[in-house]
Amino acid sequence: MATALMKPDAITLKQRVLPVLSILVAVLLLWYAGCVGLNSAGAIERVLAPKGPYSVGDLVHTTLNMQRPVLPSPHQVAADLYSSLVDWPLDSPRNLLYHAAVTAQSTLVGFVLGTLLGVVLAAAIVHSRTLDRALLPWIVASQTVPVLAIAPIVLVILGSLGFSGVAPKAAIAMYLCFFPVTVAMVQGLRSPQRIETELMHTYAASRTQAFWMLRLPAALPFLFPSLRVAIAAGVVGAMVAELPTGAQAGLGAKLLTGSYYGNTVGIWSALVMSALLGLGLTSAVAGVERLVMRRGSAAQ
Amino acid sequence: MNAPDRQPRPAHSSSPAQPAVAVRRASVIYPSADAPVHALSEVDLDIAQGEFVSLIGPSGCGKTTLLRVIADLEPISSGQVLVNGMTPQQARQARAYGYVFQAPALFPWRTVLANVMLPLQIQGRNKAECEAIAREQLGRVSLTGFENKYPWQLSGGMQQRVSIARALGFEPKLLMMDEPFGALDEITRDRLNEQLQQLWQRERRTVVFVTHSIAEAVYLSTRIVVMSPRPGRILKVIESTLPDERHLGLRDTPEFMALAHEVREGLADGHGADEA
Repeated sequence: MATALMKPDAITLKQRVLPVLSILVAVLLLWYAGCVGLNSAGAIERVLAPKGPYSVGDLVHTTLNMQRPVLPSPHQVAADLYSSLVDWPLDSPRNLLYHAAVTAQSTLVGFVLGTLLGVVLAAAIVHSRTLDRALLPWIVASQTVPVLAIAPIVLVILGSLGFSGVAPKAAIAMYLCFFPVTVAMVQGLRSPQRIETELMHTYAASRTQAFWMLRLPAALPFLFPSLRVAIAAGVVGAMVAELPTGAQAGLGAKLLTGSYYGNTVGIWSALVMSALLGLGLTSAVAGVERLVMRRGSAAQ
Repeated sequence: MNAPDRQPRPAHSSSPAQPAVAVRRASVIYPSADAPVHALSEVDLDIAQGEFVSLIGPSGCGKTTLLRVIADLEPISSGQVLVNGMTPQQARQARAYGYVFQAPALFPWRTVLANVMLPLQIQGRNKAECEAIAREQLGRVSLTGFENKYPWQLSGGMQQRVSIARALGFEPKLLMMDEPFGALDEITRDRLNEQLQQLWQRERRTVVFVTHSIAEAVYLSTRIVVMSPRPGRILKVIESTLPDERHLGLRDTPEFMALAHEVREGLADGHGADEA
């Protein structure tokens, strides 16, 4: 067991980074090929044909560097992303980090609330047979309703109650976040073995003590994977919530304005930014997990 | 057959008047589809303060059930069980006993020290006191220096010693052990038997010990309760003739052999009756 803990840094580099890099290269190649394929018709019609004869090299070069391509090429997206980050101040709506921060804010608020709700619901379900039978079907049913249908309703209702800004968006992020946490925590809180619960029984431990000293720590290995799922779902929730309001800011709003104006490069860079945001938030959760679980859990 | 043992051997405890455990006509019946299973049938047993009593018998004889009944881990269907004059539930709530399970049941997220502190924390003692007691108990099972290890870093025998230290931390008058060394190799088992014997010598707590090893039962006990299955019942209660002070070499003496033989015969009787 202990040998598995030794640091295989060199091996990790070879085994983890290399496969990821080769897939990245493959994706980029496919992407470029797609650009040439999808943009060639437009390129010929709008750019090349008016100028007269052209070579294959001209065609490829043009398809990869068009003004409003069907599919922007990776370097166009990268350049747009880079310029949005470097050429504009952080508080400018032209800077994608500004939008990412707006989305991250509602995501994080929704994530924290959703995690709390999920843990509380799971604790209630585990401690009461009635709640188990009454709540669980509704919790599952809640997730079968598409979030796109719920988002406008929530926004309208919360708006009429005077909630605007972060709150409605966080509410929708929370709606997506709590579910994986609830399911994992119900399983985790029930994971202690019979012998462990009997041990607490012989100590005449109260239910509260059994919860804090046995059930909750036993549930942590179940909680963290669900948190990673939850925060990724939270980003989706926050972005969806930004769509129907005609919100001024946020990656969802940026996607929407991009599609209004046919700014495909803008859409793609917003998309890449949201992927990076999701990645960043997920690895932040993973970092917290490593910090908390460093102790003891290597047993399983 | 179920001769109640009303005259236990003179106890070593301060209050010999009240038995540590009194079991009267206790039955445990599990309902089942065809015929109800009599896990325990009208068992009578008195255990005096300071005794070391072993329950021995083949699997299904109810020895573990009897221990679990005394520990309030299992309800009785009929009869009466008293632990230090209280019902098992009261005794459990008064934290009157320590229980050592077959498996160490250590929490993997707690260090060795924190595992031993667990029952003390549940009792609400302050942290410094918990820690001092836990360190002392770990010393008694010769595990000083392993306080900050995690259970999975320890061998099976060491883990079980931690669980014994944990059970002794809050100074229970009664210690119950359910085949605590069953999963260990014989060499480790011998050493732990010796340590347990010395522990009992020093502190004279009442011990109820479930085992299926004849040698273990004879070596450790002041009294051996031989049980038999279907229905689970007490066949025979054998008083040990061995001196209180014991060492492993004792196992080669004729006296030890004779006792072991008596236990083996008792077990064989039960087997014969079962087949008849």
